[in-house]
Amino acid sequence: MDPQQLSERLTEFLQRLHNARSVQIEGLRLLTGGASRQTWSFDAVIEDADGQRRTLPLVLRSDPRPSPGLMTREVEYRLLKAAGEEGVPVPKVHAMGDDSLGMPFFLMERVEGETIPRRLLRDDIYAEARASMAAQLGAILAKIHRVPVERHGLDVLPAPPPDRAPAEAELDRYEQTYRAITPEPHPAFELAFRWLRQRLPESSRRTLVHGDYRIGNVIFGPEGARAILDWELAHIGHPMEDLGWVCVRSWRFGNDDLPVGGVGTREEFWRAYEAAGGAPVDPDRVRFWEAFGNLRWGIICIGQAKAYLDGLGRGTMPPGAQMELGSIGRRIAETEWELLKLMEKG
Amino acid sequence: MQDRPTYDELLAAVERFLDEEIVPNSEGARRFHGRVAANVIRIVRRELEREEEQLAGEWAGLDGLLGPAEQPQGRSALRDAIAARTEELCGRIRAGEADSGPFRAAVLAHLRRAVRDKLLVSNPAWLEEKTS
Repeated sequence: MDPQQLSERLTEFLQRLHNARSVQIEGLRLLTGGASRQTWSFDAVIEDADGQRRTLPLVLRSDPRPSPGLMTREVEYRLLKAAGEEGVPVPKVHAMGDDSLGMPFFLMERVEGETIPRRLLRDDIYAEARASMAAQLGAILAKIHRVPVERHGLDVLPAPPPDRAPAEAELDRYEQTYRAITPEPHPAFELAFRWLRQRLPESSRRTLVHGDYRIGNVIFGPEGARAILDWELAHIGHPMEDLGWVCVRSWRFGNDDLPVGGVGTREEFWRAYEAAGGAPVDPDRVRFWEAFGNLRWGIICIGQAKAYLDGLGRGTMPPGAQMELGSIGRRIAETEWELLKLMEKG
Repeated sequence: MQDRPTYDELLAAVERFLDEEIVPNSEGARRFHGRVAANVIRIVRRELEREEEQLAGEWAGLDGLLGPAEQPQGRSALRDAIAARTEELCGRIRAGEADSGPFRAAVLAHLRRAVRDKLLVSNPAWLEEKTS
């Protein structure tokens, strides 16, 4: 759908939704996305029945093409709504979509701020945010893990089978993916699968898990975190999975001595997590999940390389995005290196 | 043999063009992809410089783990043979042979070298870990 047509349909949708006299869409632009999943930003100037005008900064999340296996926009909407109601800083949902756009969609409010991690790590204006970020993220994560899943109808999220421990189920899932897609052998991953299997935590604890909790998915300002984004990998699982993932070295952007996103120590993150009502943190267990996080990121990199190789020279993605996808294949070695270091410690 | 400029000299020109003309004069996704492109050129330049030496080193490492074998002629045949022997190594790891003992230590040492070689090409900065 071209922007003109999208703008017209959005206007009609918002007019009905707000019972408005008129609606104008301004500054519509594509933020991210390819052919199947898109995120658009725009301002809606709404004139209500009494002639009062107000401007709503909004974001459209839409699926021009069905993407099987990925979280539906309806579930994502429900998840953001639940998180917001439970005190997690997220963009406030504005409206669930209907058939107005001819594709699944929802609208949420646009949160202003910065998302580029290097700015947070280097720029003077974020000094205060940098100092408080690790503790803030720890406290927010505790809130995410305390979201009552059933009360919000979130039991539709992917979950490990009832009779399996989440760690084992997740490891199986990623090993199957690895075996199905890898174009090349990776002995470091073979060692890691065995190493992790010998250390599987038996805990059957289950909570909402964000699934991609890291510094690159935070909107922040000079004062600190404003919203947690990218909930598409959320699932039911073991809460320590998120605590391991947040420390994967690939999200430290060169500040290797500060494992939590290059801004803080594990200990300050864990203290804030526990103080905000998170379960007591067992460092050995988090170490399992951090190793798993490296393996998982490595397998995701293989997936991106594979997608590039499968679509070489064709496909609907612009060439620049294809090149980016292909180049991610050369990041697999970073995760192998981290896994070897972890395994050498015993 | 080709005339000058060499492939490395040509790639250096592409790299500078991307870094100094495309990136500063683009915005958003194009600027970002300009950076990615320049980085891809750097990866390729490092790989062309090191590939021969790295393949020979990896072959010698596999000889040490799996027993000596005759090294195939030609770079492409050598790459295929290394992949096949690495798959053999994976099979032995899956069978539990590298779970402990001297074979585990030897496998870890071999992989440290092989992965280090990959990083020297893809992202040398990864090897310089900052520690407090």
